Amino acid sequence: MVSLAATFGRGAMTNHWRDIRHADLILVNGANPAEAHPVGFRWLMRAKLDRGARIIHADPRFTRTSAVADTYVRIRTGTDVAYFGGLINHVLSNRLYHDDYVRWATNAGFVVKEGYAFQDGMFNGFDREQGVYNTKLWAYETDGDGHARIDLDHPRSVLNLLAAHYRRYDPDTVSRITGIPREQFVKVAQQVGEMGRPDKVMTIVYAVGLTHHTTGVQLIRSGAILQLLLGNMGRPGGGMNAERGHANIQGNTDHAISWDILPGYLRIPAPGQKGIAAYLDESASVRQHPRAVNFFGENYRRYLVSLLKTWYGDAATKDNEFAFDYLPKPAANASWISIFDQALRGRMQGVMLSGMTATSIGPDSNQVMQALANLKWLCVMDPFNTTSSEFWRAPGTDPAKVQTEVFMLPATHWIEKDGSFTNSGRWAQWKEQVLPPEGEARHDHWILAELFLRVRELYQTQGGRFPDPVLKLAMPYRNPRKPELDEIAQEINGRDLRTGKRLATFVDLKDDGTTTAGDWIYTGHYPEEGNLTKRRDGVQNPARNDPSGMGLYPGWAWSWPANRRILYNRASADENGRPWDPERPGIAWVGGKWVGDVPDYPPTTGPGPDAPLPFIMTGEGVARLFSNAVADGPFPEHYEPIESPVANPLHPQQSATPVAFLYDERAGRASRFGTPADYPYVATSYRLTEHEHYVTQNVEHLVQLQPEAFVEVPAGLAREKGIETGDLVRVSSRRGKLEVRAVVTKRLGALQVDGRQVYQIGIPIHWGFVGINTGQHWLANALTPFVGDASARTPEYKAFLVDIEKI
Amino acid sequence: MEVSRRRFLSIGPMGVLGGSALGFDLTESIAIKQRLRIEGATLSRSLCPYCAVGCALIAYTKKAPNGRTELLQIEGDPDSPVNEGTLCPKGATSLQLAVSGRRVPHPLYRAPGAAEWTQVSWEFTLDRLARNIKDSRDATFVTQDAEGNVVNRCEGIAFAGGAAFSSEEGYLATKLMRGLGLVHLEQQARV
Ligand code: SF4
Repeated sequence: MVSLAATFGRGAMTNHWRDIRHADLILVNGANPAEAHPVGFRWLMRAKLDRGARIIHADPRFTRTSAVADTYVRIRTGTDVAYFGGLINHVLSNRLYHDDYVRWATNAGFVVKEGYAFQDGMFNGFDREQGVYNTKLWAYETDGDGHARIDLDHPRSVLNLLAAHYRRYDPDTVSRITGIPREQFVKVAQQVGEMGRPDKVMTIVYAVGLTHHTTGVQLIRSGAILQLLLGNMGRPGGGMNAERGHANIQGNTDHAISWDILPGYLRIPAPGQKGIAAYLDESASVRQHPRAVNFFGENYRRYLVSLLKTWYGDAATKDNEFAFDYLPKPAANASWISIFDQALRGRMQGVMLSGMTATSIGPDSNQVMQALANLKWLCVMDPFNTTSSEFWRAPGTDPAKVQTEVFMLPATHWIEKDGSFTNSGRWAQWKEQVLPPEGEARHDHWILAELFLRVRELYQTQGGRFPDPVLKLAMPYRNPRKPELDEIAQEINGRDLRTGKRLATFVDLKDDGTTTAGDWIYTGHYPEEGNLTKRRDGVQNPARNDPSGMGLYPGWAWSWPANRRILYNRASADENGRPWDPERPGIAWVGGKWVGDVPDYPPTTGPGPDAPLPFIMTGEGVARLFSNAVADGPFPEHYEPIESPVANPLHPQQSATPVAFLYDERAGRASRFGTPADYPYVATSYRLTEHEHYVTQNVEHLVQLQPEAFVEVPAGLAREKGIETGDLVRVSSRRGKLEVRAVVTKRLGALQVDGRQVYQIGIPIHWGFVGINTGQHWLANALTPFVGDASARTPEYKAFLVDIEKI
Repeated sequence: MEVSRRRFLSIGPMGVLGGSALGFDLTESIAIKQRLRIEGATLSRSLCPYCAVGCALIAYTKKAPNGRTELLQIEGDPDSPVNEGTLCPKGATSLQLAVSGRRVPHPLYRAPGAAEWTQVSWEFTLDRLARNIKDSRDATFVTQDAEGNVVNRCEGIAFAGGAAFSSEEGYLATKLMRGLGLVHLEQQARV
């Protein structure tokens, strides 16, 4: 989501599932919604069946999504920057972009500061010693007021730099990199090019096939740039639609179970920020255009202070900067791979896992198991045993050699507790407790509250290191050992401390300590009148419940922020407030007010040439074609995966991105990367409809439907190797191996990449040494590399090198 | 659809029948059978625990004579603008996730080097874990870094969680972990 935040100001699926049916063209990249999100996929099909939308599916594998797509494009895994880059080039060089939209709603005309350069695969500002770019150098030229200079015709205008950058992505080059035949690519480009017309709209649907790469952030950003050029952001049927894979990933991201943020996407403070002012200085965006609303930047302080007031209560006062010092300030990245890297270095003592199994999900499982063995203690909270709770006796492991103390705490299921899930379309929906907890199982949040209070009691009686935040953290629940989720929902919403009343909107949040809000983007979901996520005005009465006729269903559950169903919807109407396409209005200025969706704009502010600009979350007031909020370049560039069978055709000397984070190398551990000489085939991992990650290994029906691990082998390669369907094969990478059955398939074909034939092998991920079918000892992630992308440190699961042999 | 590869068998009371690219519809005959089964049952609203489409579920429960609540059936909620009553194979079988003999029945403890689990009480695990958390926090807490910045962080404990957390639980987890000073915090979004 780094990429969307860097481009639009915040990161989330911009539209919602049902809205996809308004599209004319649907580009699906790095996703297989027909299998991974079957019911969400119905809305793509509805677009196709009801309005003749076309679906173009670009994927290494011919999947069920491909089967119903109008065009299936076989693309080499992880080369989507080249694909989107080629489309950007087509749109720019043929002037097919939505000119009015681009001028008004993007930073196309902003002039980039002198010194910007891109040469031989490198942007300016690289610090060789640290292995990072100085992203601050990628800035705008400013005038005396600190506003950006704007001149679309300037040679260093964003639009001109963009055009120059992507001119290299001509159809031949795209074909050489991606393996897509030139003619097919040109046909796709022609269809995409038509979507720049105001009466056309395209959506991009993607999933972990784009994020799970060392260039993941840029893969997504290249799609976002294309969408901006076509004028499709903010519009019904448009957007960048990230499909979240788990029921509540979105909610848990919003509430910041993530090292780098606090709830509501506030940045975690960094060392050296001595107080709130210094923090804001580096975190909140500044206004770079006189007509920018800069909503987030301007209100950042209110949200932070309201959060601190919520967490530290009476201990948060004006005099102590609302206990700003209590917030931990991380020294460095502390995300997934970093946790296990620290454990490998012997610096991590304890890990708590709840509903996640480190052993199976992380890259390089064998190394992760070594990391777990280095811990003093490991606590697993889960309804079932997992490969993490059982890691100390995994096949081939001698328990006597593992000194980790392990706790397995039986947790309740989702259905044994209430609370809300926020779906990928940002709809927060409440669920009821259907069943009481089974046996001795306890709710995760009760376990955590109890543990916290016991730790607090230890600090009270024995003292210890900096006990203040532990002692002062507010636990204002009827029973602090067993907080009700309803109470927490109210805490998240926030209240006015002077009246005691819950707030109806985040506009009322203050920066003087008189309001609370656990997560400002959810303020308004639980106002005085009640919990709006429980609302159920659904499809039984469309006339009443969907007054706009656009499928927004504003009275079904609640959507953040402010019950808005489409993010950035101000951009769905032109400068004067008229929908670009009257047939598919998002919002419209009618009779002195905005009608339609909840406007993503000051609600009573009218349109017009002097009105505030449409993207209110950025300091520029517009969306960013050029962005310095990305660690590996202001424009997306194609880089090869760290393990690749070919050198980068664009700049062989700088084949992979220079800023991918190579954990082993940085820690001084031996390299765990393979070369094409030893591991000649590209592998990619993926999911199956009948399973979801590893938990479904405990569900009989689903195990019956997909009982056994397998790998998909392209028919040509199978012939070369004498492999037939059902044969046992060994697939190995530099890091580990799987011994599984082969399914020989035409779904994966050979690709012509830079004049060479490249084979890809497909590896479903769901099995392991725990579950109903324990015959499946092998973890797919034994093969994947321990490397993270520069901005988000997302692991590379989708492109790595393997060898395969029949056994 | 390659029905032959997956063989959608009618198994148990649920019956995973029929199918289309758009989701699953229960056939009328099975609907009648189920109507009898759920007569007089309590209806509750839930959500699918799997992917983030957010399909709404209706769950039917009955109190058994022994006081236990029995989950009879789960089906798609026809009112939902997200799924309009349909479910995919995962959602349609979520009953088997909800009610499973494979659950871990009580807290388990594995001492360093031990070859087996020991069954323990909640009291034991919570006490011992609280002790571990405090010890590790004290041992790895940094109040000031080398440059003299106030950083107040616990470096040696990591928390990862959330795939099936309700939002409110996730929020509380964040609050408590930050309260302890943790910097290593992660959930399913990245992996
Ligand atoms: S029923 Fe299927 S599509 Fe719907 S939320 Fe569950 S897993 Fe996703």
